[in-house]
Amino acid sequence: MKVIKTLLYTKNHEWVRVEGDEAYIGITDYAQHSMGDIVYVETPELDDEVKASEYLGVVESVKAASDIYAPISGKVIEINEQLEDTPESINESPYDAYIVKLSIANKSELDDLFNGDDYEVYCNEIE
Amino acid sequence: MHPYLPHTSEDITKMLAMIGVSSIDDLFEDIPENIRLGRELNLDESLSEIEIEAKLRQLASMNDTVKDNISFIGGGSYNHYIPAIIKHLAMRQEFSTAYTPYQPELSQGTLQVIFEYQSMICELTGMDVSNASLYDGGTSMAEAVFMANHVNKKNDVLVSKSVNPQYREIVKTYARFKGLNYIEIDIKDGVTDTTDLESKISSDSSCVIIQTPNYNGLVEDVAAVRISMDAVKNKAQFIVSVNPISLALFEAPANYGADIVVGEGQSLGNSVQFGGPYLGFIASTKENMRRMPGRIVGQTTDLDGKRAFVLTLQAREQHIRREKAMSNITSNQGLNALMATIYLATMGKTGLLEVAKQSMYKAHYLADSLDSINGIALTYKQPFFNEFMITTDEDANEIYNQLTSKGIFAGVIIDEHHILMAVTEVHTKEHLDKCIHEMEVIA
Repeated sequence: MKVIKTLLYTKNHEWVRVEGDEAYIGITDYAQHSMGDIVYVETPELDDEVKASEYLGVVESVKAASDIYAPISGKVIEINEQLEDTPESINESPYDAYIVKLSIANKSELDDLFNGDDYEVYCNEIE
Repeated sequence: MHPYLPHTSEDITKMLAMIGVSSIDDLFEDIPENIRLGRELNLDESLSEIEIEAKLRQLASMNDTVKDNISFIGGGSYNHYIPAIIKHLAMRQEFSTAYTPYQPELSQGTLQVIFEYQSMICELTGMDVSNASLYDGGTSMAEAVFMANHVNKKNDVLVSKSVNPQYREIVKTYARFKGLNYIEIDIKDGVTDTTDLESKISSDSSCVIIQTPNYNGLVEDVAAVRISMDAVKNKAQFIVSVNPISLALFEAPANYGADIVVGEGQSLGNSVQFGGPYLGFIASTKENMRRMPGRIVGQTTDLDGKRAFVLTLQAREQHIRREKAMSNITSNQGLNALMATIYLATMGKTGLLEVAKQSMYKAHYLADSLDSINGIALTYKQPFFNEFMITTDEDANEIYNQLTSKGIFAGVIIDEHHILMAVTEVHTKEHLDKCIHEMEVIA
């Protein structure tokens, strides 16, 4: 399973890439692999406020529809429109095919997330 | 041993020995003594095949059906003619004994029929996608309510009072357990009061539901409803419940901005029976496709490039998504949908139009004639399809009983002075004139 060490992660297999006061959110290689061929992604709307551990959308594959949760709180400032036509890009490059970009509400919440090493250990544990 | 049960006493003894018990009673060991019945069930003596056949025939002969009488009963189910070919094909073993397939791709025939059914519903309604069917008109309306809620996450459900009262009860029940607010829109002259609708619609509205033709038989001004909905900023879904036969004559809901179309499909090749089993249909837009409840059949190609059918968009259903599913229905009215499909294929566009026209013209002939009788009047002066309400000076129950004694079911009794009457293509001029004559005598 591919893990990018510079990113932050959640137990629910979402990744976070922080850029200043903004954060890109997506799902990890572990997640896309478990889900199988992804066919659809449902996201909140632009300007929606999301709270850490609450609903951030649904990733639907041919065999499952999994909820994704916001790793941190913030406001949705960008949605990856490409996912509408090519949802499978998440399978192909999970760390490039982000789902939403948030403006970070509370930077201290980032401290609750896994770093790359801890996430890798976590994944090995649950295998 | 009973002739209808497949196991002999030798079979049973062998089975008991296999699992290590000596009698059937041993299997109930875990039930405490004090709650055991301790006696035989209070059932009649078993009968021979000859005796049962006679008994059931005697019971059946007590039925007084729409085939034996001239029936004007409507109110949600309609006595249209069912071409003989339908029973003939639908009762084929491959169709009548099969349940909703759990290994669906193995049942290509079943899936193909459902795909054709879905396609025809889309053709009739003008919508983009339909599902494999729901239980009936009432629950399909409730499913549409849940669908709208999934789409816009709003909580107010606005239902016109001109919608079938049974459907409203169902929606009310479903809404309550989902924490949705059930709000009724007033009617004026028998149809939805758009002024009241405008006063009740808001940004909290999840959906607006009307039925056309409505329960009073009247055609709703759907364009006006759509305009009223758009007058206030909101994200509400426009849900319309329609009579599928009427769609041969009236505008397809897609053309006047319906978001979700539902209804009772019984009129399509299904008998009135005992109020069921019936057939709910639901159709919607491409945008709403992933919120559609139930089964959906899709067309694809197999490894060899041949056309094949599958159940698709399954990830939303409860056997995969559990409590987050779009709905808890994991079934469909397979046999009823099959009969509807054969009906539509048999009648075709011309036949369906003929059924609609005859139903409508004959209803108007009867309505006009009854209206001219002293003591009877058309309740509403609004356009209607094949159903209308009459206001009677005499007690409606009295009229109903008198007509029944003459072999006529007058209609649905609404209250002491109102009867709802439905006419279909099966009624001949003689039938209608007989009804007019008997009404003249009584009124």
